[in-house]
Amino acid sequence: MYSECRSHFTRALRITVVLMLVAGCEREERQLDPPPVKPDPRAQAAALSDFQPGKQGPGMRMLAAAGGYHEQSAYEVAQGKQLYRWFNCVGCHAQGGGAIGPALMDDNWLYGKSADAIFTSIVEGRPNGMPAFRGRIPEQQVWQLVAYVRSMSGLVPSGAEPNRSEGLLGAPPENLRDAQRPDEKH
Amino acid sequence: MSEVLAPGGPQAAHIAQLWWLMLAICAFVFIAVTLALGCAVLRARRATSETAPESPSTSGEKRVGLWVKAAAALSMLLLVILLGASVMTDRALARLPLDDALVVHVTANQWWWDVVYEDAQPDREFRTANELYLPTGRPVIVKLDARDVIHSFWIPSLTGKKDLLPGRTTTIQFRADKAGEYRAPCAEFCGLQHAFMTLDVVALAPASFDAWADAHRAPAATPSDPMELRGRELFVSGSCMLCHAILGTSANARSGPDLTHVASRAHLASVLPNTPVALAAWITDPQVAKPGANMPAHFLADADMRALLAYLGTLR
Repeated sequence: MYSECRSHFTRALRITVVLMLVAGCEREERQLDPPPVKPDPRAQAAALSDFQPGKQGPGMRMLAAAGGYHEQSAYEVAQGKQLYRWFNCVGCHAQGGGAIGPALMDDNWLYGKSADAIFTSIVEGRPNGMPAFRGRIPEQQVWQLVAYVRSMSGLVPSGAEPNRSEGLLGAPPENLRDAQRPDEKH
Repeated sequence: MSEVLAPGGPQAAHIAQLWWLMLAICAFVFIAVTLALGCAVLRARRATSETAPESPSTSGEKRVGLWVKAAAALSMLLLVILLGASVMTDRALARLPLDDALVVHVTANQWWWDVVYEDAQPDREFRTANELYLPTGRPVIVKLDARDVIHSFWIPSLTGKKDLLPGRTTTIQFRADKAGEYRAPCAEFCGLQHAFMTLDVVALAPASFDAWADAHRAPAATPSDPMELRGRELFVSGSCMLCHAILGTSANARSGPDLTHVASRAHLASVLPNTPVALAAWITDPQVAKPGANMPAHFLADADMRALLAYLGTLR
């Protein structure tokens, strides 16, 4: 009687474990050929200057809601990490600690920590030096950069944070850093 | 496979010799084992039909023992021969004379090859991508590096494999004696497009190679046609220049392949034929030809695309 009970328990345990593993399969599904996203008309408009301060408008929020932004996907965040170096964000923001540009791994946000605010900062530029990358970085890649910038201060789900780098890195991996929880007032 | 057996240089010839020796020995062993097994099966059948003796005679046991000892000794001998042949091949590979060698630095990326021809004079250095031109009869030292994951360099007709490791430079040396086109597939699984990561290897007579190298040292010429000029403007003001470089323009990023002489290449992205139609398709949606590639999709107006293609077509 006891052993029968025990075997039932073992079987139930095995089934549960398998179900949990199967549920994990879909977590990192990667869409290799995403349907083409129409480019943001604002990204097409001629810039007044390369250093034009931007405003966070409803348009950007709609874009984020339209599905270009995936911060749950480890792939998208890792791509953002690669682009962060390829596009020389390192030149001003260093590895996130900041240099002539502000730090990105702390909890201070001059223009907001939401995805659409960061998107606006990259696309429109900000006063005192942040260039506008409007028309230069394709929108999908801007969203990947946004996800990576947010991951530096622990704002994306911890399972999606990048771990090690392929190149030399001046800071510990993102998923080993203490999460900086920015104040709501910023 | 057949490329390994059609060597175009001394290194591949050594490897091919070793391969034939191994094939001969292994074929001999295979046939011998098959024959022995066949004999045993036949004898066993005969024995059961005549009712097997309770205990084998001592003389029979002795004979079997001799056979086993002989077979074991022969196996040892063959293994020692193979071991000796491998060591000798390795020595021969390491003894390629390297006087006046051409030094090429190859960096593997997901999923393309960055190729830099080094020179003692820095201004004579130049760069290309996904193609490796070599002079015949002159040794080549290839420095191997990887930027993301482990790849492997292998020109079956010219040289054996060597891995490209991120953060560690390795070298391989070989010589191409026969002019011709060779294929160099990436030989270490490196991700989604591993199968489509090939390097076009072309061995040319020294004079033609020098002409090719001189042409590739030159920066891109300024186009005269207004449409081509517009194409160049689009290239350097849009997103192309964030990853690609064209010598002679302000585009000098190194994250993607160098495009200074892109129109002279046989293939685009190592899978597509180098035609304007294929190029337009590649720019519009690279994920169709190479799912997973790092190149993003670009939405260009018709006129802009035509101008860009016209300009890229001038980069010979």
